[in-house]
Amino acid sequence: MLTLQDVTLTFPDGQSRHTAVNDVSLTAEPGTVTGITGASGSGKSSLLAVAATLITPDSGSVRIGDVETTDLSPSQTATLRRERIGIVFQQANLLPSLTALDQLLAVGELGPGSAPRGERRTRAAQLLDQVGLERAHRARPHELSGGQRQRVNIARAMMNDPEVMIVDEPTSALDHARGQEIIGLICSLTEALGTATLLVTHDLDFLPRFDQVFTMADGGLSPGTAAPPLR
Amino acid sequence: MFVAWRDMLFAKGRFTLITSVVVLITLLVGFLTGLTGGLANENISAVQGLNADKIALANVAESTSEKDPTFSDSQITREQAKAWSQAEGVEESTAIGISQSRGETDGHSAALAVFGGTADSPSQDEEVVISQTVADDLKLGSGDTMTIAGEDFTVTDVISERSYAHTGVVYTTLTDWQELQQRMGDPDSYATAIAIKGDPADATSIDAEQGTVTANSLTALLSIDSFRSEVSSLLAMVAMLFAISGLVIGAFFTVWTIQRKADIAVLKALGASNGRLRADALGQALVILLLGVGLGIALTAGLGALAGAALPFVIAWYTTALPAVILVILGLVGAGSALRSITTADPLTALGSAR
Ligand SMILES: Nc1ncnc2c1ncn2[C@@H]1O[C@H](COP(=O)(O)OP(=O)(O)O)[C@@H](O)[C@H]1O
Ligand SMILES: [Mg+2]
Repeated sequence: MLTLQDVTLTFPDGQSRHTAVNDVSLTAEPGTVTGITGASGSGKSSLLAVAATLITPDSGSVRIGDVETTDLSPSQTATLRRERIGIVFQQANLLPSLTALDQLLAVGELGPGSAPRGERRTRAAQLLDQVGLERAHRARPHELSGGQRQRVNIARAMMNDPEVMIVDEPTSALDHARGQEIIGLICSLTEALGTATLLVTHDLDFLPRFDQVFTMADGGLSPGTAAPPLR
Repeated sequence: MFVAWRDMLFAKGRFTLITSVVVLITLLVGFLTGLTGGLANENISAVQGLNADKIALANVAESTSEKDPTFSDSQITREQAKAWSQAEGVEESTAIGISQSRGETDGHSAALAVFGGTADSPSQDEEVVISQTVADDLKLGSGDTMTIAGEDFTVTDVISERSYAHTGVVYTTLTDWQELQQRMGDPDSYATAIAIKGDPADATSIDAEQGTVTANSLTALLSIDSFRSEVSSLLAMVAMLFAISGLVIGAFFTVWTIQRKADIAVLKALGASNGRLRADALGQALVILLLGVGLGIALTAGLGALAGAALPFVIAWYTTALPAVILVILGLVGAGSALRSITTADPLTALGSAR
């Protein structure tokens, strides 16, 4: 479970500060997808960054399970991300030198305390099959299509069996049909693996598939789809 | 090393390039050190052959503009030799005469160094023990006769390679050496240096009292003029190459790390620890260095063995293993300078579209 309480995040903006996330509270339950939509620059990615422990908010509380993450050191949050958080990046962010299978195996090499190599190999192969890449285990990023890269990106986020999954505009580089497939994949994996998934998307068509939906505007979060997204 | 290995295999061109640079630098360093060692041997092996713990030379600082004592200027007197032989802690002290001259036989002539009164010297006057070079140059063997400064000597033995200031060595008694000095216009010479065995209790005060300068046998080698000038310029080149290799490796890894900063940010977002990323980067550098330096040293040894016939070239641990270890260490230091880019890579940049 992911719990955000009264979270505020500001960035320096010239002489003053820009409030990217303004007093946001939110709870994402295991096995559900929480959808967030909103205009460009409204603070969606910033909110995800806070939830993913990539940045510490100015104030408020961010809990993964019952761990308060805002008190942790950078190396402690790194461990937390390694063990309990999966991140699906907007760009697939795959490493150019690695095959699809290795992208997943690399996750187990990031720090101490991962499962034995054989076990990881089996899991990585299973995950790639699950996201529909049975025939592309040995392909490098430049040999994959945009949709396939996004699938590797998703499988990689699942590799460490996370409790929380953070997904930033996974379909922004894909056509609508590919986008549908990817959203469907994330929803089914969320259910199958019981992750609390927090997903940002521009595409309102996808919203009915989510368990709860919020809209962001100027750093503030409100339930439902009150403000239609720009762009 | 999971990602690091695959990076190296994937970017083969780049890593081959930097490894080749390391190979070439190592080859250059290896060749220079081998040559330095060879030239050094030609300068000093006879002095090393004295097997002294310390060597005392006359202090010529007052009488000349040179500030360090040299073998060529040093003149040891009977009194100085006696004082040293009686000094506390000295097990054995030997007055040694060293000078440069020419040796002749029927039809042959060669420059040589005359060492008088050493442990290798013959027991009787008018006899000489010669080093291999002299035997080769003058076509001499045991029982033959040779002439030095108009005086005839019988060769009693040929010993393995010894040389001094690039010439072969002839060993005589101290009396014969003094007589040769006389013939060459230096009638008052007693000896050139004192070879000391043992550990003199108060070398400083004896030096001050007797007007000598005592150094351990290694430092004393620097008092051989030709050795000092050759070795110091060659070693300066080697030192420069060491610095260059460190900088080249450092520059390569700095550029490499900056280029993959986005990937590093992604790995950090996925939970990689700084320590693991740094260890991987150093591991990568170590692989390149071990490969490049190993290959470079192997080439040096191979080519050095070939060149050995034509050049003074030494293949020993101090011309192969030692520079290799130094190159690896300096390369790692260079690579270490790129680690900052790893620490400063911000995982936040992996999120969003700003890539
Ligand atoms: N690292 C940063 N430094 C400074 N300002 C930032 C940074 N990241 C985001 N911002 C600002 O915060 C606001 C929200 O950005 P972001 O969270 O990326 O919005 P969205 O993902 O909804 O498009 C924007 O005005 C953006 O300029
Ligand atoms: Mg965004």
